[in-house]
Amino acid sequence: MNFFTPEIVAIIIEVVKGLVILFGMVIVAALLIWIERRVLGLWQDRYGPNRVGYAGSLQVVADMLKIFFKEDWIPPFVDKPTFIIAPMIAMGTLMLAFVLIPITPTWGVAPDLGIGVLFFFAIAGIEVYAVMLGGWSSNSKYSLLGGLRSAAQMVSYEVFMGIALMGVVMETGSFSMNAIVEYQATHHWFILSQFFGFCTFALAGIATVHRHPFDLPEAEQELAAGYHTEYSGMKFGMFMVAEYVGVVLISALLVTLFFAGWHGPFFAPIVWFVLKTLFFVMLFILLRAALPRPRYDQVMAGGWKFCLPLAVVNLLVTAAVVLATE
Amino acid sequence: MELAFYFAAVAAVVSTVLAVTNTNPVHALLYLIVSLLAVAMVFFAIGAPFAGILEVIVYAGAIMVLFVFVVMMLNLGKAAIDQEKRWLAPRIWIGPTIISGALMFELVSVLAPNDGTHLIGLQTIDAHSVGVLLFGPYLLVVELASMLLLGALVAAFHLGRHD
Repeated sequence: MNFFTPEIVAIIIEVVKGLVILFGMVIVAALLIWIERRVLGLWQDRYGPNRVGYAGSLQVVADMLKIFFKEDWIPPFVDKPTFIIAPMIAMGTLMLAFVLIPITPTWGVAPDLGIGVLFFFAIAGIEVYAVMLGGWSSNSKYSLLGGLRSAAQMVSYEVFMGIALMGVVMETGSFSMNAIVEYQATHHWFILSQFFGFCTFALAGIATVHRHPFDLPEAEQELAAGYHTEYSGMKFGMFMVAEYVGVVLISALLVTLFFAGWHGPFFAPIVWFVLKTLFFVMLFILLRAALPRPRYDQVMAGGWKFCLPLAVVNLLVTAAVVLATE
Repeated sequence: MELAFYFAAVAAVVSTVLAVTNTNPVHALLYLIVSLLAVAMVFFAIGAPFAGILEVIVYAGAIMVLFVFVVMMLNLGKAAIDQEKRWLAPRIWIGPTIISGALMFELVSVLAPNDGTHLIGLQTIDAHSVGVLLFGPYLLVVELASMLLLGALVAAFHLGRHD
């Protein structure tokens, strides 16, 4: 009996592809920690970590070695099960969302998923629990305040994140990521027709992965380290890597949804995808380097009073145009 | 698909029972979230991915966040857990069990005559067919629901006004 039938081989190849994407993405996210510190240093006229390996490139290895060998300390006053599960949710959900991204026409785990974009909204909805549970279970004032802020911020920004993307979905006529990229490859990039959708989605995306300037849940000046104040060792490391996985994820989503993903002239699809994604990753870092953190009420007011109306108007105008041109 | 259905159904039932019996409010809410995710999985398994993903986005991702938010704000401590334990004394279970048992019997007897025509996973109900139904035969219901939501929104805005 031949075990390696064509179907089995196809399954194995797909699984290996998925693993390559998963590990590649985690390694990129880990490297980003070093890249961000170096680039921030450059922009702020200092060196950043440049000692370990060539130009500090092995800094990640050193950090990881340290973090793996640290004692995995669970404070006695925390709520143990939720304290342990929170960093897992943070990293697991964000990594799961990568199944949506069509990296090239042939590489991608499930870019044809019929519910496509909606799957990302579900992931973003579940991801909130990581921060909320981390904040609550730590049983400390700073953590709890960080968790509360995060919950309020996420709920406000998720409202219009969905609406911001509906313009793209309407023009394409499908939720599937592959269909969205194909449409852009044959018609036009959505950054042209969905500029306001892009603006609002980018803001909501940054708020979802709570990166600067929306990192109110972990505002150092007032909240120590926010929701992960009580975390240490590998659990803190998971929160840390999850943040950078989120940066890569949102960049990849912006590229896929508004900049035609792998589509582009002259070079191979993978080159275009990597270049575009790196551009947005750099933009994330530049935002952190350039902008001060807004006050908490300003963040909430900006979401509800500016972004939400803008997204709704964009939705209505897109709907009218789609109806008129059909 | 049937295997996925039964697995998700068992997960839903178990986590719902745990949500009822757990005395720690946040843990109970977490079990409720797992239960909602399991119900979404049931939707996926019977071929309704759109309903399933909406279940995750709306219930598990938005409504339950607000529940957890409120429970976190109240910051219920040991006292609340002890109170819950007192309330969950065995005597309390009798009434609800009889009523739910009657409902369960009714449900099973309605669903029991299975002639095998409703096999799961044969037809996929996607977003398009749901939309056609909502804005076709059910348009009036959609509009009424949106008016109800608008009323709730205006009321919430009025209550939250500062002056």
